Order: sequence, then C-alpha cells, then structure tokens
Amino acid sequence: MQTSLGWNLRLTIGLGLWLASAGSTASAEPAASGPGTLAWALTAGDEKAYQDAVAQYNQRHPESKITLQLFPNEPYKQKLLVAMGAGTPPDLFFNWGGGILKAYIDAGNVIDLTADIGKDPAWKRRFFPSVLASATFGDKLYGVPINGVQPVVFFVNKKLFQDVGAQPPKTWNELLAAIPKFKAKGKPLLSVAGADRWTYLMYAEYFVDRLAGPQVFADIVAGKPDGWSHPAMIQAAEMIQTLVKQEAFEKGYPGVSYGNGQATALLYSGRAGMQLMGSWDFPNILNGQASFIASDQLGWVPFPTIEGGKGSPGDVVGNPSNFYSVSAKSTHKAVAIEFLKTNVLSDSNIDVLLKNGSVPPVAGLEAKIAKSPQAAWLSFVYNVTKNAPNFQLSWDQALPPAQADALLTNLEQLFLVKITPKQFSENMNKAMKR
Amino acid sequence: MIEPTRAERDRGGAGLVMLLPALVLFLGFALVPMLGVFVLGFTRWDGLATPAWTGLDNWREAVSDPVTQDAGWLTVKLMITSWVIQTPLCMFLGVFVAGHQRYRAVLAVIYFVPLLLSTVAIGLTFRALMDPNFGLSTSPALAMLAKDWLGDGDLAFYAVAVVISWEFIPFHTVLYQAGVRQIPRVLYEAATIDGAGRLAQFWYITLPQLRYTIVTSSMLILIGSLTYFDLVYVMTGGGPGFATRLLPLDMFISAFGRREMGRASAIASSLVVGGLVLSLAMVKFSGFARMRSQQEGV
Repeated sequence: MQTSLGWNLRLTIGLGLWLASAGSTASAEPAASGPGTLAWALTAGDEKAYQDAVAQYNQRHPESKITLQLFPNEPYKQKLLVAMGAGTPPDLFFNWGGGILKAYIDAGNVIDLTADIGKDPAWKRRFFPSVLASATFGDKLYGVPINGVQPVVFFVNKKLFQDVGAQPPKTWNELLAAIPKFKAKGKPLLSVAGADRWTYLMYAEYFVDRLAGPQVFADIVAGKPDGWSHPAMIQAAEMIQTLVKQEAFEKGYPGVSYGNGQATALLYSGRAGMQLMGSWDFPNILNGQASFIASDQLGWVPFPTIEGGKGSPGDVVGNPSNFYSVSAKSTHKAVAIEFLKTNVLSDSNIDVLLKNGSVPPVAGLEAKIAKSPQAAWLSFVYNVTKNAPNFQLSWDQALPPAQADALLTNLEQLFLVKITPKQFSENMNKAMKR
Repeated sequence: MIEPTRAERDRGGAGLVMLLPALVLFLGFALVPMLGVFVLGFTRWDGLATPAWTGLDNWREAVSDPVTQDAGWLTVKLMITSWVIQTPLCMFLGVFVAGHQRYRAVLAVIYFVPLLLSTVAIGLTFRALMDPNFGLSTSPALAMLAKDWLGDGDLAFYAVAVVISWEFIPFHTVLYQAGVRQIPRVLYEAATIDGAGRLAQFWYITLPQLRYTIVTSSMLILIGSLTYFDLVYVMTGGGPGFATRLLPLDMFISAFGRREMGRASAIASSLVVGGLVLSLAMVKFSGFARMRSQQEGV
C-alpha cells in the first residue's frame, strides 16, 4: 500500500540524496584522478577472491584504485540491465558468459578483449578452452574467468545415509530405492530450493543428458523445430514428476529458497540426504558450518547414471566459470585491462580460491591442489571438469532471456505437477517460436 | 471585469514560484516517465537495443495471456481481501486508541511498530517464521501452525495478504484515531443524556462522523493493493507457480526476467489507468470531492 506518507518520505530521501551527491561531486572534483574504476560482482561463493584481486591491484596502484561492489544474484541481474540500458554501467562487470553476455555484446555494451588479452598465447594457454568458449563469440574474447569452475554435483550428508542404511546412489534405480529408506526415518532424500526455480533446472539438464546426451539441447539452441518434444525430454519430465510423487523432496520445497541458505542448511543440519547443487555450495557450507566438513560428514557424488541411457556418465552441467567483462562505456579501460591481466586469477589469487574450496579453470594446478587442506574435494571438481566429454552451460544461461524465463516457469509448473510432461514440451515449443 | 489589485497579482506570482519545485519534480519524475512508459507499451524492447514499433501487439498479448489474466484477478482479489481484513480492524483499533487512558497510549505506540520497519525486513522475517523446516511451526508448542504457508499455492496468497495487512494496519489505525478524536464531545454528551448506549453511539455518531476517514483509508487501501509489489516480491517472488503473481509483479517479471519492456510497459499503463479510474470513481460516488462539513449545527 503505497501511502502518501511513503511517497513523501521517498521524495524527501530522494531529494536529500540528490543534494548530497551534488555536494559530494563538487567536493570530489579537485582530486586529479576523478572517480575510480568500478567493478561489480556477486556476494557469497568466491567473494573473498574478488576482494583479494582488487586489494592486490590497489596496493600496487594507489593512484588509480578499483572499487568493488558486491550484490546478491537476482537483484544483480536487474541492476546490471538497468545500468547498461541507462548508459551508466560499471567499468568491470561480473557475468556468466553465454546468452546474456551475448545480448550485451549485440547491443554494443562490451569491448572485445582479443587484442589486449586473448591474443597473448601465454595467457590463453593457462585456461581450459571449454571455459573460455563461454565468453568467446565469433573468435573474439569478451570475458576473463575470475573464479572456480562450477560443475553441478550431488552434495551428500554421509552420516544421514549411514543412519538410514543406504549408499549414495550411483544409478537412477538406486536413487529411487533410497527414497523410502529416508521416508521411513521421516526425512526427505533430496533438498531442493524450489523458490529459486533454477534449482529445478539442474535435474532436467542431467536427466536429458544422461538419457540422450548433449545433442538434444544443442538442437534446441540451434532452433530445431519441436526440439522440446524429443522423447528424452518427455522422459526426463516424467522422471521429475516421479520424484515429486514419491515425495523425494523436503516438505514445502516450492517455498524453500537457496539464497538465504535454507536448502543447504537442510543438508548440513541432517534434515535431508542430498542436494543437487553447483560446486559453489562448498564455500557456502564451509562458511556456514565448517565443522560439517571438518568432521568428514560431507560427501559428494556425480549425478547418477540412468539404466539404458545413451549419454556419457562423465558429462557435467553447470557454469564453466564466471567472467569479468569491460563495458564499452568505461572511461578506465586501461586500468580494467591491466587488472584483468595481472591480478585476476594470479598465482596468489588462485591460492585464495583454492582455500575457499573453488577450483579455477587453470591448467596444471594438480600440485597446488594436492597441498590444499580441501584436496579431496578440489581434485574431485578439477578432475570431473577436466575429464568431462561435455560441459553443458546451464540452460537458462544458454537461452535468450525470454525463453529462459519461459523454461523456468514451465519447469516450476512441472515440479508442482500442474502440467503434464507433454504439456511442458508443447509450452516450450511454443515459447521458442516467439 | 474587476482588475486584480497589485497585491493580488503579486500573491499569484509568489504562489507560482512556490509551486515550481513541486511541479518540476512531479513533471520530471511522474508525468514524463509515465508518458514514456505509455509510448514504450507500443514497442518491442529488451532494454538495450533500439525499441521497435509493434503497435498493439503487446496489449493484445497481455490481454490474451492466461498468466497476466490470472495476475489481474489476483490483484482484484488482493484489493478486496486487504479491504475486508484491514478496514474493520483499523476502525476498531482506531476507536480504541483514540481514548485518552494511559494504557491505550502505550498500546498505540506498540501497534505502531510495524509501520516503522522496512518492508524488506518484514518480508524476510515472516518468510523465516513461516518456513516449514526451520520456522515457528517446528516448535512443538506451535504444531497447529504446521502448514506449508508459502509453499502451498492455496495458502500462499492469504499468508501474504495477512502480512501485508499486518504492515499497514498501524497506518490506517492512526487515520481512524485522528478521525475519532475530531468528533466533538458534545455529540456524545447529548447522546448520553438521550439515553443512547455505547453501541448506539458508535452506530449513530462515530460511524457517520468517520465517513470521510473511511473513504480516505479505503481509497489508500484499494489503490495501494492495486500497485502492491515489494513485500510479495520478497516473500514469494510471485510463486509457488503463479499463486501470488500480482499484476505489478507480472510487470516486473516481464521487464527484468523476460526483458520484454514493451509488454511490461503495457501492463504498467493499464495499472496507471486502473488506479486513476478507481480513485476518480471513488471520489465521485462518495461525495468526497464536495467535502461538506459534517458538523453543521454543532
């Protein structure tokens, strides 16, 4: 209820801020360098590494400092869109590569880093090519990896599995068999943060890949008509509804959120057996309840194979990495590029990431990983990524925004059993045509 | 024709100057953007590239989209639910705290607290309280509250409506309190002499005297509900499914989730028109515009 009181208050505050900012720009002007370089990234996960890189740079370049601002995931996407549209973007912006970065590139908002960074063979050789591919369009490099590779895996509460007398599932049938064992103890096998919707997507991505390999989704992206009607897509949707009907998920899962830590807390507080999540969940658990890891209760397994499935069991889905890109409107391009070249994923920056439980997509890290306190986890992620025949970028990142939203919306309806697998395919085929 | 005196002319000039800051702000931050939104409603735009003119397409799509239709109905439902919950409660509380006893003054301060909290804080707090796995209902003493408040499509709407009311009841209570305190005491004294009981006094004096307060408060509730956004966004994000996707939220998701600014602008324009029509209608039919004194002969 927007009361007149609220409106007045907002006006007053707005006016106050405007006056304050007018005052501050006036007083800041005498400083020769003007406003500094601005970088935007996300909170949680690897934020320590982003802060470290900026601190390193600022220490060496006191005359041209970089300011880092951190935002939560969902608001950030909107803030960036508004800033880009309004022509006031930060100099460096965090992104996921893929379809959304492509939209900004097409609108002329991003500078091509090929000449300054991508051409350097020594730089390029350091990174996994499959990761750079997400920020490369038409042989031009538009982004620099800044954090760990993010394959999606099952995080397991080992103690809970022992208590109910089950093993972390290696196959779909084992997974189905584990559900009643957990139910007998009054606990759900799976924790899923349904309020966020992208958490549902991970199940769909893996089911389709295990059933029929990456080609099904590649065809959809390539615009093949009725791509969503592929038998594997329908079967994946049926398997999702099987999980729902067997009550594999925690109670109230459609309202549980990932952002505030509830879904992960279910896992480490011993209330759910497993959570399917990107590798960024490890730093979150480490920062949330380090003792859970220290006491060796946290386990991890790749997504189960499906009996009779044609996909490779080594395939992973997730986000290859996140990137910094430089805005076309930036007035500090030299600073931004220098920062990307020397401080992002520098040797010391990599150490910060590893300590945080993240593995950057950098070649030849085996020795460093072996020395790390989280060696078991890190080498699992490193090897899963390095050996994956296919690393599927999250579907919502690979599709254009309107279609990605339609996908998440219809998938939510599927998880709520409001639509049938067939309706899901039909709705999505329709959404692709718009 | 009577020439205005010099003094009158000067007063007009000064009035205009005084009006200027408000006028500039209103033009710059309300009218001009509103016009811009209206025009954008006829284009296809992703927020980045150049908008492309598409005529009435957005409007046609918005009207025929079942999700947007549902959002429209939900919005109407929220307007009615909010009014039905808030008006009687606020009136009761307002009359109660209008009394001058000290304990009522203390209670009035406590009732006022929700209005001081930020909406986001309220949303996050209630979301945590209503969580089925970690919330209030996990306490054995409150097992009767063990419902999936925000995860069940049928419950989520009412859960949100109740929290919205919780947030805004204090404000409307203050309106009623002020309204009640303005009623001349002599009316009650006269009624007492005539032998009217408390209920009769409320029915024949307080209620009619509060007429314009009721109109004001109802208008704020109805129009506020029409454009309500923030608490719903924080608590449910429109989910589960479409259970709490109100029209303003549908607009927001169209704009920033799907990046269909044109479609979102069409929805926004219809909200503006809806709000305008609603408030004009209420002013006309309630006699609010005439503002006749209710204290003739007092």
